[in-house]
Amino acid sequence: MHLIWNLEYESMSRPRLAELQLKRLREVVDRVYARVPYYRQKMEEAGIKPEDIRSLDDLAHLPFTTKEDLRENYPFGLFAVPMEEVVRIHASSGTTGKMTVVGYTRNDIKIWAQVMARTLACAGGTANDRIQVAYGYGLFTGGLGVHYGAEMMGATVIPISGGNTKRQIQIMKDFATTILACTPSYALYLAEGAAEEGIDPKELPLRAGIFGAEPWSENMRKEIEEKLGITAIDIYGLSEVIGPGVASECLEQNGLHVFEDHFLVEVVDPETGKPLPPGEKGEVVFTTLTKEAFPVIRYRTRDISILYPEPCACGRTMTRMHRILGRTDDMLIIRGVNVFPSQIENALLEIGETEPHYMLVVDRQQQLDELEVWVEVSEELFSDEVRKMEHLENRIRQKIESTLGIGVRVKLVEPKTIPRSEGKAKRVVDRRDIYGS
Amino acid sequence: MVKLKQISVFLENKSGRLSELSKVLGEHNINIRALSIADTEDFGILRLIVNDPEKAWKVLKERGFTVSETRIIAVEIPDAPGGLASVLEILEAHAINIEYIYAFVGQREGNAVVVFRVEDIDNAVKILQEKGFHLLDGDEIY
Repeated sequence: MHLIWNLEYESMSRPRLAELQLKRLREVVDRVYARVPYYRQKMEEAGIKPEDIRSLDDLAHLPFTTKEDLRENYPFGLFAVPMEEVVRIHASSGTTGKMTVVGYTRNDIKIWAQVMARTLACAGGTANDRIQVAYGYGLFTGGLGVHYGAEMMGATVIPISGGNTKRQIQIMKDFATTILACTPSYALYLAEGAAEEGIDPKELPLRAGIFGAEPWSENMRKEIEEKLGITAIDIYGLSEVIGPGVASECLEQNGLHVFEDHFLVEVVDPETGKPLPPGEKGEVVFTTLTKEAFPVIRYRTRDISILYPEPCACGRTMTRMHRILGRTDDMLIIRGVNVFPSQIENALLEIGETEPHYMLVVDRQQQLDELEVWVEVSEELFSDEVRKMEHLENRIRQKIESTLGIGVRVKLVEPKTIPRSEGKAKRVVDRRDIYGS
Repeated sequence: MVKLKQISVFLENKSGRLSELSKVLGEHNINIRALSIADTEDFGILRLIVNDPEKAWKVLKERGFTVSETRIIAVEIPDAPGGLASVLEILEAHAINIEYIYAFVGQREGNAVVVFRVEDIDNAVKILQEKGFHLLDGDEIY
């Protein structure tokens, strides 16, 4: 059996865990009711008071929090502490121009490091490991999230951040990296890059990887494990809840343990919002139990999964969540970045398209996600000079790239060529087999 | 009227589009007098001079093409070495920017016709006529 980072909590008996969760749930509900006017108002509208939370089942009476709620309160409206107690801000892309902004107190950062240390231990990590953090550092939670967890564990952190494949491979070899942290597609890209450099990754000391920030399939896991000669661990997180460290597979590789002493998880029917029993597929909803700066109550992730409460051979008692099976909305994850079709629409409106017709075509070329945006050329945009049309194409590309923060290819297409179904255009064609259907 | 109407159409680079377009024009009895295609990797812009630009514009639009109308001039030049240079020199001397040109063989023996899309069309007309060039009139084209 491998080390469990917080043995006391991660292996806690279910009744004791439920007791702890209820205590913490009541505390967090009290806190948001007292400190966040928006939550208070929503609870009042739902006719519920903090003292109505008497059991974990009462959670179902609390209103949901959605991405739209976060947008309405941009940037700091849902913070539950004064700004002087906030020591860190992170952000992810929102459905339109505005980002989703989250904050952390010193204690939140500590908890985050804890759950990330648990995640690394789940992958068999110890203080002897050298962890190459190839997630992006910055507003994105990936890089710094893994970084603090690895430091807490006492491992050697290599904070290389994303990109620069040649250097990643060089360092992996020269520094004898043992654990790699990045998106699964980037792991495969690195494997190919290594082969091009004449390096066989299987002969390197690398032995495990913690891969997340985008959905992937069991087939992809096999491919990564074969090509890199490592154990590939699926990790899960989202900035709205904390970042990476919300859930992680253990070496059993049979579902992701949700760190339930900090994050209360439910699966609900995405249509009705009704909680579903374990084993049923639905939308994953989180309530943070310990976070101070940015607690969330019943946050709708839009991710689809299944919960398995049965005990795991690894010794952890924490519920396992199936690897993400899909989305309830049209969000795409491209190279680890969340992309909403509505963001593209906004960008086109800003260019001067009054009624933009567009389509997103996502493909995976040489292991890297490519986003192509097809835009129908309307009469207002059309010029019979090639120069002006190329200029238009560039303007659209730059606008979209600055909105999304990732590179795209823009393709101008003839009007009425983008398929419309029941009056509503089909916005996305995803040619990647990400969920392993 | 020497400022002639040209129809421009946005075409994606995919097979069958040009033939479809010419079929539409044929069905409506529209004759193509001259054409040029400017293309990039993804798309092309087809420019047409036809005998009935209004009708062409209407039927192409009805069939879902992105169409625009542009004014151009068609200059008759001697179909001989140096013919084109004589026009270009004049335009250059008067700092008239040319967006694009294309040529077709003239109806009159020994002559070619060059289509010019210029920034300052009125000025170009005036100068070329002063220099004695023959600019095709709508009646000669349509």
